Amino acid sequence: MPSLGADMEHGTLVEWMVEPGQQVTKGDLIAVIETDKGAIEVEVWSTGTVEQLCVDVGVEAEIGTVLARIREPGDPPAEATAPTPASTEAEKPKPAPTPAPSTVPAAAPPTAAGRASPWARHLASQRGVSLSGVAGTGPDGAIIGVDVPQAKATPARAKGSDLDAMRRAVARAMAKSKREIPHYYLSTEVDMTPTLAWLSRTNAALPPPERLLPALLLIRAAAKAAREVPQLNGFWRDDQLEMADAVHIGVAVALRGGGLVAPALHDADSKPLPALMAALSDLVRRARRGRLRGSEMTDATLTTTSMGDRGVERVDGVIYPPQVAIVGFGRITERPWVVDGAVVPRQGMTVSLAGDHRAHDGHLGARYLSVLCEHLRNPEAL
Amino acid sequence: MTTEAITQQLLELLVELAPEFETSEIEHDEDLREQLDIDSMDFHQLAARIYEVFGVDIPEAERVELTTVERCVAYIGAHRT
Repeated sequence: MPSLGADMEHGTLVEWMVEPGQQVTKGDLIAVIETDKGAIEVEVWSTGTVEQLCVDVGVEAEIGTVLARIREPGDPPAEATAPTPASTEAEKPKPAPTPAPSTVPAAAPPTAAGRASPWARHLASQRGVSLSGVAGTGPDGAIIGVDVPQAKATPARAKGSDLDAMRRAVARAMAKSKREIPHYYLSTEVDMTPTLAWLSRTNAALPPPERLLPALLLIRAAAKAAREVPQLNGFWRDDQLEMADAVHIGVAVALRGGGLVAPALHDADSKPLPALMAALSDLVRRARRGRLRGSEMTDATLTTTSMGDRGVERVDGVIYPPQVAIVGFGRITERPWVVDGAVVPRQGMTVSLAGDHRAHDGHLGARYLSVLCEHLRNPEAL
Repeated sequence: MTTEAITQQLLELLVELAPEFETSEIEHDEDLREQLDIDSMDFHQLAARIYEVFGVDIPEAERVELTTVERCVAYIGAHRT
């Protein structure tokens, strides 16, 4: 059972996507686990043959529990152990003592319970019913609200509704952040007029499905600045800063009905803008449908949050540990600006930075903000 | 295409976007952003689907006015070729 964030303590296996004997390649999706932040698709981290599925569907397992064994080419066959059955949900599976082949979170017969919308899960929880076995009629067979009446009554889960669980997960992470991370805060204003003008010209030549959103340019600028000021792009572990090689931007996504996730948009500094826009669109869609991947939940190197849609002019974020910074974007509004000694109306935006004072200081944070704004002022180079 | 047909297809696109809702739950004269909790990314995806399904391109500048199902239907009806 992989750790999918600082706020995760355990997960429930809800779907195997592979079976024993199947060949898998590093990066393949092999299982779905339910966490407090929704259903997460888990990738395999080695290439080989699925030798054994060690945990049954429906079992809640602590982080570190061996879910499956993958035999890599050249590995001898491992001695099989009995899988942890679903009927012993109350018993916590223990990590396997001898991880002979690669041990990864891994798979069994698909169940639709992992493809339920947050609203369907909420309804099911409220009604005390199980979504297991329900035929979904939503996109890709997802269970949606209208499908919930098919669900059979089951004893109510002690953990309460999924939204309550997600709230607690957010509470754990944010409390840990505020308890352990000495935040410092900086902010500045940037003239977005040239950025928006460039975006308007660019979008005019594109069909609607391929157009770029202002939010994409904000993420891109944050990512490029992270590449240039790498001390803000990484993790605080074992009392030292680990700068990340890649720039994976965590994108804060508010879920309908409540809840918050910040999955990673991979290689946000280097991926071509059209591809990055497609990836962002896909990421947000999957986040809201509960189909994020394990890597997306764990490898963000710096997070951005934008509250402009809700009219907020400035947001001072809370760092998601073990990351060491979070960038906040406010609403873009017309405001007075001094240009060449004259006051003129410009499209301005407040950019804020919360930094981990253990990892860097305000001087470096100020440089990061300066670089970020410079990128926004030169959108052609984004 | 009748107004009723456009309305029904638009409602299906909205439910595709926000599967937590059913078409019968969506009020036609209420603000979609408040009702379905949709943001600019959602509206970007909705505009793309409207283009694919109806062949209607909604310019960025006009999106701010399309706040309800009724307004979207009227816009699609007026610009559909």
